[in-house]
Amino acid sequence: MMIVLTPIREFKVPIFAECISPEVFEGKNIVQIGQLPVYEGNREKKLQELFKIEEAKTAEGVAEPAITIQGDVSKLKYIGAGMTKGEIVINGSVGMYLGEEMKGGKITVYGNAGGWAGSAMKGGTIEIHGDAGDYLAAPYRGSTQGMSGGKIIVYGNAGVDAGAYMRKGIIKVHGNAGQFVGVGMHDGVIYVKGNCDGRAGSCMTGGTIVISGFIESILPTFTFEGLKKKVKIEESEVVEVPLYLFIGDLTENGKGKLYVSKANNPQLYYYERFL
Amino acid sequence: MELLIKNGYVFDPLNGINGEKMDIAVKSGKIVEKVSKKAKVIDASGMTVMPGGVDIHSHIAGGKVNSGRMLRPEDHFRDVEKKTAVTRSGVGYSIPSTFTTGYRYARMGWTTVMDPAMPPLEAKHTHEELSDIPIIDKASYPLLGDWWFVLEYLRDGRIEECARHVAWMLKATKGYAIKIVNPGGLEAWGFGRNVHSINDPIPNFCITPREIIRGLCKVNKLLHLPHTIHLHTNNLGMPGNYLTTLETMRCVEDMYDGGKPVMHITHCQFSAFKGEDWRTFDTGAEEIAEYMNAHSHVTLDMGQVIFTDTTTMTADGPFQYTLYTLTGNKWVNHDVETETSSGIVPFQYRPKSAVHATQWSIGLELALLIKDPWKIFLTTDHPNAGPFIGYPQVIAWLMSCKAREETLKKLHPKARKKSLLPTINREFSLYDIAVVTRAGQALALGLTFKGHLGVGADADIAIYNINPEKLDPSRDYEAVIKAFGCAAYTIKGGDIVVENGEVLKHVPGATLWVNVETCKPCEMEVDEGLKRRFREYWTVEYENYPVDEHYLAISRKINVKADV
Repeated sequence: MMIVLTPIREFKVPIFAECISPEVFEGKNIVQIGQLPVYEGNREKKLQELFKIEEAKTAEGVAEPAITIQGDVSKLKYIGAGMTKGEIVINGSVGMYLGEEMKGGKITVYGNAGGWAGSAMKGGTIEIHGDAGDYLAAPYRGSTQGMSGGKIIVYGNAGVDAGAYMRKGIIKVHGNAGQFVGVGMHDGVIYVKGNCDGRAGSCMTGGTIVISGFIESILPTFTFEGLKKKVKIEESEVVEVPLYLFIGDLTENGKGKLYVSKANNPQLYYYERFL
Repeated sequence: MELLIKNGYVFDPLNGINGEKMDIAVKSGKIVEKVSKKAKVIDASGMTVMPGGVDIHSHIAGGKVNSGRMLRPEDHFRDVEKKTAVTRSGVGYSIPSTFTTGYRYARMGWTTVMDPAMPPLEAKHTHEELSDIPIIDKASYPLLGDWWFVLEYLRDGRIEECARHVAWMLKATKGYAIKIVNPGGLEAWGFGRNVHSINDPIPNFCITPREIIRGLCKVNKLLHLPHTIHLHTNNLGMPGNYLTTLETMRCVEDMYDGGKPVMHITHCQFSAFKGEDWRTFDTGAEEIAEYMNAHSHVTLDMGQVIFTDTTTMTADGPFQYTLYTLTGNKWVNHDVETETSSGIVPFQYRPKSAVHATQWSIGLELALLIKDPWKIFLTTDHPNAGPFIGYPQVIAWLMSCKAREETLKKLHPKARKKSLLPTINREFSLYDIAVVTRAGQALALGLTFKGHLGVGADADIAIYNINPEKLDPSRDYEAVIKAFGCAAYTIKGGDIVVENGEVLKHVPGATLWVNVETCKPCEMEVDEGLKRRFREYWTVEYENYPVDEHYLAISRKINVKADV
């Protein structure tokens, strides 16, 4: 069975809702789920005071235990934090820290996600059909233990600092990305299909960033390595267009790989004289 | 208020009481002979009663600690303390906020804690934080080993003027003892250099670390300060530094007259490294223990490593820079004008790292190989080798071979092979633990009213859920960790502040400081030339420099009469 949550009213203040997670719901009936505590602003509330809670037949292709949220929950933070299995589907936009430190399972958002989606995640999958906020998959402020596994796919755009301090896993952004993609990353793959605002790969020591769209300039702390014909993103996906390869960030003695599409970046043509 | 603690097994080493079943009476904050029938009774039958814990070296307040807090939001994130009806909220972990620091010490039964590194220029900040820390009594040691005035006086051989100056500094900073960190090295660090032995000349001053150590040791004697000089050795944290440590201990041998020790070497684990580089890194604990067993003029504290994510912070700027280059972690380095330097680097001790694991072993080897527990005390140099909440774990390692074996199993094989621990069978008794965590530390600090349960002492008492007749700490070390982590009762100044690990009362703690009465006034007070020089070269005006007594929330002055 699948639990369906529908907001009763419009939320005005942030709500801390770590309890909306498949393993917390598993084995509980609707009444017990309704009693779970959440914080709305500084007041402790019960989940049933904010949501209509119903049971429905699990949709096809959705893994159990499953949760569906119908409506805008952009004030809700920490949905699916630490989850290890099951699936959450959100038909609407969602707030910050979606799937923070999740280890398994899947979250699908048919809307936008707030900042820090998939923060320091260790495994599982997050699919965002709208835009993702800033600090996609980045760890908490000050920490250098970023995303260490799993997969994030954003069909819209991503904000700044996507994949900060990443250690493993894959992030795919179909739209554009803000500044500082993959800042400080150690390993893993970030693939931006759209344009990038610049300073990509700043302080990276390892890993791979691929930018298919336009990026105005490459940081001066990257060396030009050459022209490549293709780059592998994952087992099932290879980008086969001419790409410039840069290695950096040299300020950190880094050996990260930054691939940039040749066709979309004529302004980088002058690098070819180093070939 | 009157209080009677009945039928506990009392461990009070300073009064030679070893686990006797007896009653302790408390009246108006002091321990007394007898109380009236109206006294509140605490039934401590089947429990262990000890004096409140004393910590000789724990970085709990000051500019450096606060910079560490700002540097590490991720350290607080996972360790949040909610407010209760009596306590305030706060955060941990390795650099807890002020309130949390007080509560966590009290929960473990500790009631007196010394902050060991106060740059004189940041004395006001340090005292503001110390005043905020509830329950525990505390004090701070000003950093005087690289202070220009001291260096100049020692260069010119004017030891009496130097002593009067130190007396003035202790009064001005409301300090408790003379702290020396990497003598000469911090001054050299101002010019991007360091010193590498106690005989290296210090740039611009033409003296050596040896002269600073000996000079301040003499000053300490002239002033009759309650504690000895508190020394963080040169070359700390460098392989092969046990030789420097031995040389440092030898250099004050002749000043010992058979009475009180003359030097305290702090977090000795970091100063007992053998080997030429990190690859040949080995333990020098055996050599240091051998020396300590033959001599009585030095006391040590462990600086025991705990395997966790922590934050290193010392006044040793050059060492912290080295640590940054080793780890690549974020870092802070600071030059405190003419006084000292400082540095902060987050650090993770991992059992699977051969070096970290050997460091862990060195701390315990020192404590176990030095036969007299009155010579080495339990610390983790909080938070440098681990946060102070790890003390119960360290107690378990000291009390149980089994606990040590369990940890040894998890270590890097190279470190396991080098470790001397498998050859050591010694296990501390509760009496020994009472020495290394309270009595010995209070004695070394010259705190006559702390660390024991004799009549007239402060009524700082810790009661633990340990029945020495039933519990075998060697086998059941988990129970020991639990009991020391969560005191059954903590009594501070006659108030029951903690019961079963829960804080019942938010009481303020006093700040201890030493008021040295000199025969002549300090030159700083009378010499207009010196005042002018201070005004010209320092960023803080002479008049604004000293910390007024009213600045301390509760001031507890310890008067001392000096020879000069």
